[in-house]
Amino acid sequence: MQVNEYKPLIVAFCCNWCSYAGADLAGNNRLNYPADVKIIRVPCSCRVNPMFILRAFQRGADGVIICGCHPGDCHYTSGNYYTRRRMALLFSMLDYLGIERERTRVEWVSAAEGAKFAATMKDFAEKVASLGENKRLEDLRCKK
Amino acid sequence: MQRIGVFVCHCGTNIAGTVDVKAVAEALKNEPGVVFSTDYQYMCSQSGQNMIKEAVAEHRLTGIVVCSCSPRMHEATFRKTAQAAGLNPYMVEIANIREQCSWVHKDMPIGTEKAVILAKAAVAKVNLNAPLTPGESPVTKRALVIGGGIAGIQTALDIADAGFPVDIVETKPTIGGKMAQLDKTFPTLDCAACILTPKMVDVAQNEKIRIFSYSEVTDVKGFVGNFDVTIKRKARYVKEDVCTGCGLCTEKCPQKNVPNEFNLGMDNRRAIYIPFAQAVPKVATIDPNYCTMLKTGKCGVCSKVCTAGAIDYSAKDEYIEERYGAIVAATGFNPISMEKFDEFAYSQSKDVITSLELERLMNAAGPTGGTLLRPSDGEHPHTIVFVQCVGSRCAACEQKGKEYCSKICCMYTAKHAMLIRDKYPDTDVYVFYIDVRTPGKNFDEFYRRAVEEYGVHYIKGMVGKVSPEGGKLKVQASDLIYGKQLHIDADLVVLAAAIEPDKSARGLATMLTASMDTNDFFTEAHPKLRPVESPTAGVFLSGTCQGPKDIPETVAQAGAAASKVIGLLAKDKLLGNPCVAHSDEMMCNGCSTCEKVCPYGAITYQDKEFRMPDRTTKVRRIAVVNEAVCQGCGACTVACMSGAMDLRGFSSKQIMAEVDAICK
Amino acid sequence: MQEIKREVLVNKAKELLSDGTVDRVLGWKRGEFDYDVTPGVFRSAEELDSGFVWGDFCGANFSKYLVKETAKGEGRVLVFLKPCDTYSFNQLLTEHRFDREKVYALGVPCNGMLDISRIKESAEGIVSVCEEDGKVTADTLYDGKKTFDRDALLPDRCSNCKSKKHVAYDELLGSDGEVLDSGRFDEVEKLEKMTADERFAFWQGELSRCIRCNACRDVCPACTCEKCVFDNPDSGVENKAAADSFEEKMFHIIRAFHVAGRCTDCGECSRVCPQHIPLHLLNRKFIKDIDEFYGEYQAGAEVGSRAPVVNYTTDDIEPSQAVERGEQNA
Repeated sequence: MQVNEYKPLIVAFCCNWCSYAGADLAGNNRLNYPADVKIIRVPCSCRVNPMFILRAFQRGADGVIICGCHPGDCHYTSGNYYTRRRMALLFSMLDYLGIERERTRVEWVSAAEGAKFAATMKDFAEKVASLGENKRLEDLRCKK
Repeated sequence: MQRIGVFVCHCGTNIAGTVDVKAVAEALKNEPGVVFSTDYQYMCSQSGQNMIKEAVAEHRLTGIVVCSCSPRMHEATFRKTAQAAGLNPYMVEIANIREQCSWVHKDMPIGTEKAVILAKAAVAKVNLNAPLTPGESPVTKRALVIGGGIAGIQTALDIADAGFPVDIVETKPTIGGKMAQLDKTFPTLDCAACILTPKMVDVAQNEKIRIFSYSEVTDVKGFVGNFDVTIKRKARYVKEDVCTGCGLCTEKCPQKNVPNEFNLGMDNRRAIYIPFAQAVPKVATIDPNYCTMLKTGKCGVCSKVCTAGAIDYSAKDEYIEERYGAIVAATGFNPISMEKFDEFAYSQSKDVITSLELERLMNAAGPTGGTLLRPSDGEHPHTIVFVQCVGSRCAACEQKGKEYCSKICCMYTAKHAMLIRDKYPDTDVYVFYIDVRTPGKNFDEFYRRAVEEYGVHYIKGMVGKVSPEGGKLKVQASDLIYGKQLHIDADLVVLAAAIEPDKSARGLATMLTASMDTNDFFTEAHPKLRPVESPTAGVFLSGTCQGPKDIPETVAQAGAAASKVIGLLAKDKLLGNPCVAHSDEMMCNGCSTCEKVCPYGAITYQDKEFRMPDRTTKVRRIAVVNEAVCQGCGACTVACMSGAMDLRGFSSKQIMAEVDAICK
Repeated sequence: MQEIKREVLVNKAKELLSDGTVDRVLGWKRGEFDYDVTPGVFRSAEELDSGFVWGDFCGANFSKYLVKETAKGEGRVLVFLKPCDTYSFNQLLTEHRFDREKVYALGVPCNGMLDISRIKESAEGIVSVCEEDGKVTADTLYDGKKTFDRDALLPDRCSNCKSKKHVAYDELLGSDGEVLDSGRFDEVEKLEKMTADERFAFWQGELSRCIRCNACRDVCPACTCEKCVFDNPDSGVENKAAADSFEEKMFHIIRAFHVAGRCTDCGECSRVCPQHIPLHLLNRKFIKDIDEFYGEYQAGAEVGSRAPVVNYTTDDIEPSQAVERGEQNA
């Protein structure tokens, strides 16, 4: 397989109130970003369990990004603050285990930031693509 | 196993232009659970919805996937369709193949491939959906308005007018707020007191309205329709229901040197006081920080002169608890502190004042009886310099001021300049500005009159420094249009201080779980479409606590907030959100972790008896979610180690099924 | 050698049994060999006399056993707690996992417990182990008598002991110590300083030995769930075997994450791992990160404290900064 043909698979968890709406706004404004990004809607970024992230890697994702309201703007007041702590610890642990740190990301995207959403996804997809296939957290049983 | 119908919408060419909708419908036919799959021009149209209803009947569908626009757009529509077809509305999932697919991808094969994946994820989720029923909760038909300024007053009057009881909580001894301190109002120049005080009287006389003045909200529990609020009634040492407001005590009190906050400290009041003549409620209040009797136990003059016997030195703070269906925040604003703006010599000279102080100096009930006199020597000022945007639009100096425009300063400065020129034509008035912003009905005309008819010198440029020198204020400024430095010897300098939300708003927002922006203004549920609602259900916003506003706008928003409250209180029951957390009692450890992360206090614990397989009983501590209080964020579901806590509608299994479908 | 003698513990236990303070004793029982010590329940003076042991191999942390033991009857349980055990004890109380009223806790001082595997490295067929003046002598079937420095036989959790202080007890036998300034994060730091590839290789090597016996979970005093996610087919992570290298990593990441902020660093996981995987290095990574990101926090130091993972401040470190910080350390 040639490097430039490689298409990463990216799972984006987006909170319903800010980031999912930001993704919708990117759509409204016809802002292009890679189709490799597939969005899963969650009520709040704090709904994202580390198990979901590992599950995505297991099933073949090359990158996982979690998007929520900006700190202080959480629809549920404090959900994204918990996300921030949980993911800081989880990502640090993944890094400690030698998993490429560019494969995971947390980004705060408001409902008004369609352009930021598209730019973030483009950037994330590029970074993940440059890492190539996820080998360090893959599950051979789930390979096609 | 579910029997799922998949409906792929063309949305005209919005979707069909980039996604091969027929191929999507075809590809979904073989997904587990799918028994019917089709496409249609406009799924949301009447005929599209009928198509869904017919398919439900014909194919005995138990679940529906609509591949269309964002669920934020039409999820509610299709849920209603499902309900009309006899399905539970929560058996519907939307695959967002417009905003998140056809509109952002240009290539048909790529768009189609992604649409198929998104649809498969939705199917995977519906396979695990369960019918959900929203809980019902009653509505307490009483509203609470926090803040008794013009915003709170108008909101309370409008709600009471619709027949619902309202309580106003005001921290000051009287309602009236900032407007009571103003002299005239722009752009009509009618006197603020003349239009405000009748409304204050209306409030006092309205049977539906209770005023809790000199009081604070200390705790809010509950949720829309049923907020349990604790109100602290600060001890005012005067029995409200006994005091006649005669004012004798406020004349006899020997403690005369208390800075009068109503006049912004420019004169003094007594330790027992009525803030101003038209105060509502018109009862005296003892200031415990200055009262000799309360501090040393020696004095008691007010008690002796009070013929009504209203004085009670042993009064204590009281707490009352009341239940409300809706809460309106109307906490208002304050001018920012001028401490950090010492280039204008505010702390060095009494003759450098803020615009609000000028209002008091020009007001007939103010410290000078309405004659404009310099605070330092009581002389009539001949040269007055107004500085605009002090602390407003201060992007570079965030530590000092505010980034935003305070909105009202341009207009009140024009008003001040005009009034001064009108009353004292021998006075030279200079206004230094960055821009003059006058968007509003009759606003620009008003400003033009100040310049053209009243001869106010408007100079584009900022004042660099004010230095007190020999009884004068040396003003150094730049004139940006003529490109020169100006030196003006002024008698009075007036600073248009930026306004900021009242400090109490932050704590209140936490109690209400209402969100705020970085400037501590309350955030609206939607900046355009829901401007008077907070994102927290049942909490509404009135006046400047939401953003800088003038009086007409404040009154308009106050009325709008009232109408939203009335709409809520007119309902007998509210339907809740069924997508809430629930705990599996068999797996729950009772460890209290979930309780700690719940922003709403929706989780409590109980000891429950379990029958064990060996026929003994075991008492275990388990978590119980109050479904009416839970808002469904899911913070608890991740905090829970055992996985006992899960979220309806977004269960771990459902989300993982979506992950699997996407990563397949 | 432990500071306090077995007789003191046994006599105290007998006294509390006879005066009715407790009706059973959670203590250490001899297994097949001297060094093979397991937890046991004693109900009489006779049982204590014949079965109770106390010495350098009494490493087991009894806190976790209280969850099930206290639920068995109305009577009180006597439990012996070494300083590090008391942290687990408090953490379990914080999580309401047992009824404090049903426990009588006796604090016992600890000089560090020996790791038999260090002796086994150079001596086969150990018959008995005894100690004198800081020297440990093992009598073996195949290698004769072997003598070691006691300090060399301490496992990491003891050589890097975080605290000799008891944070909970009803009664203390012997003397209490202090919270120590240990080098327990040195190993974690070493790993942090490696490149990502080196770290990956290190952990791949360690974790690939995992046989998924679940001993680390079963012994962990923080793992007391009524039903563990790894035993629950509905959780999506249930698996009974380390069938793939992903499975090993996921198990240990999730396990460490589930105890993050709750792990007291007692080191039981590493003690019981039959594959000698340094599992404490995962837990300590979380503890170190929590200390550095959110301020020092020792789980179990106080009953009722709020762990940093269920707390926040508005200006917390961003996940991206958290990961980059590792780079700066390197």
